[in-house]
Amino acid sequence: MADVLNALVLIANFIIVPGFAYGSQLALGALGVTLVFGVLRFSNIAHGETMALGAMFTMLISWWLQSMGIGLGPLPTALLALPFGIAASMCLCLITDRAVYRYYRRVKASPVIYIIVSVGVMFIYNGLVRFIVGPADRVMVDGQRFIMKAKDFKTATGLDEGLAIKTSQAVSVVCAVIAVAMLFWFLNRTRTGKSMRAYSNNEDLALLSGINPERVVLITWLLAAALATVAGTLYGIDKSFQPFVYMQLLLPIFAAAIVGGFGNPLGAIAGGFVIAFSELVVTFAYKRVVAYLLPESLEPAGLVQLLSTDYKIAVSFTILVIVLLIKPTGLFAQRTT
Amino acid sequence: MSFLIGENMTCGYGGADILHSCSVGVDPGEIAVVVGPNGAGKSTAMKAMFGMLHLGEGRVMLDGTDISQLKPQERVLHGMGFVPQNNNVFTSMTVEENLEMGAFIRRDDISGTMAQVFDLFPVLKDKRRQPAGELSGGQRQQVAVGRALMTQPRILMLDEPTAGVSPIVMDELFDRIIQVAQTGIAILMVEQNAKQALNIADKGFVLVQGRNAYTDTGAALLADPEVRRAFLGG
Repeated sequence: MADVLNALVLIANFIIVPGFAYGSQLALGALGVTLVFGVLRFSNIAHGETMALGAMFTMLISWWLQSMGIGLGPLPTALLALPFGIAASMCLCLITDRAVYRYYRRVKASPVIYIIVSVGVMFIYNGLVRFIVGPADRVMVDGQRFIMKAKDFKTATGLDEGLAIKTSQAVSVVCAVIAVAMLFWFLNRTRTGKSMRAYSNNEDLALLSGINPERVVLITWLLAAALATVAGTLYGIDKSFQPFVYMQLLLPIFAAAIVGGFGNPLGAIAGGFVIAFSELVVTFAYKRVVAYLLPESLEPAGLVQLLSTDYKIAVSFTILVIVLLIKPTGLFAQRTT
Repeated sequence: MSFLIGENMTCGYGGADILHSCSVGVDPGEIAVVVGPNGAGKSTAMKAMFGMLHLGEGRVMLDGTDISQLKPQERVLHGMGFVPQNNNVFTSMTVEENLEMGAFIRRDDISGTMAQVFDLFPVLKDKRRQPAGELSGGQRQQVAVGRALMTQPRILMLDEPTAGVSPIVMDELFDRIIQVAQTGIAILMVEQNAKQALNIADKGFVLVQGRNAYTDTGAALLADPEVRRAFLGG
């Protein structure tokens, strides 16, 4: 019995807890991508770098707050800096829209051109981040590291395996829930949010109803910037802040958005968790789990790992390809046409 | 001169003109129907009057003022409502949200107008929490008409409201349209079902190849042997 519990704790510690945290981060990223796609109708390649910039702004402000001696006690200071980081990246997104995207809207550019343009924006953002804070790896988290330490869990339960929950993981999940609740309240309950959904659903009819497209675009950028900053900051707190990591996050984020059906916010959230858990399940080494469950004589010699963690990007890519081949509208496609 | 009139409209979609000096008009409380064979420019005439096409020649007058240069959105503000033929509802949104979006330009309380729309189309009240995309064709058309009514327009323009619905539903829709007209709204519609449409029409415009072929009251057009033979199947 203890063996089974140990195996379960092992899985909880290495797959379930990190999966929820990582899934929340991906879901927030995918929501931003999906919103921009729904309203502006292009895949925003620069979204990963928007996350990096948002996280950078938040990090800079939290450093300043720390130097002033302001903190949140056990919680990371970055949470306090988050609203300012969001405001900064909102400004940046609006400036980018004014300076870059607005022109392509006016000339009614095709989606392909938009994508290439957003690649350009990505490089500029990327350069901006490196220019301001450099390419080095930085720790964003402070305050109390763990809510529950592995050792405390072991002494409390008497099991051999420990279950650790990092503060950053809990913060990720809680922040994601709050952000998603606010977003859905906005989209479903407010006039402006409804006009965004209307515009995303049927542009011509929205125009006939007197909905101002420029205003919808503006609100979309504000939301995308906010979501990107929250996602980027949470990822930074949970892991660490490395400028290049956010570019690598782009693939799982797009995979999440596509798995959920591009343009569908609920799908993006589900997609985020699908991708996060698949990555962890496929790259986890099950050797110790198997050892607990099987008699000693059958203990595996290898790691019992399906795929090395180096290949975790391949997981989201594979899921992306499979979904595009089998159900290109996404697993959670809206039935209504 | 009519309340809303498109005078001598000549226009097209780039390249050759579709409409050639075509005139269509309607007065408050009246139903005007535009009929004609396929490709006669019926829908084009509607689009031209709503400002979705640039007029090469001619003008659109509303209540004595020239509105030819206004954008479609601005014409909505001037009391014109338009129900397109296709994609005329927000499919992913509920019936109620569709109506709310119809009233987007209004800043005042819309609950009274919404109650009127629900009175006119009782079935929508039952389905008001359902996404419009899940409704039947006839119900969707009701949502589309309801959405356009939410701005409390003085003129309602309908582009083939009965396209793709069953004859029974068509009759019901026509009844509703008559009801709307009785409230003093001017109704201008394009119809494929010429006979039934002319039956309820105060005014009929028969277009052929972008030109006015016959213009008369609905009853007179129905009685005209030439119109009957050419367009109404005997």
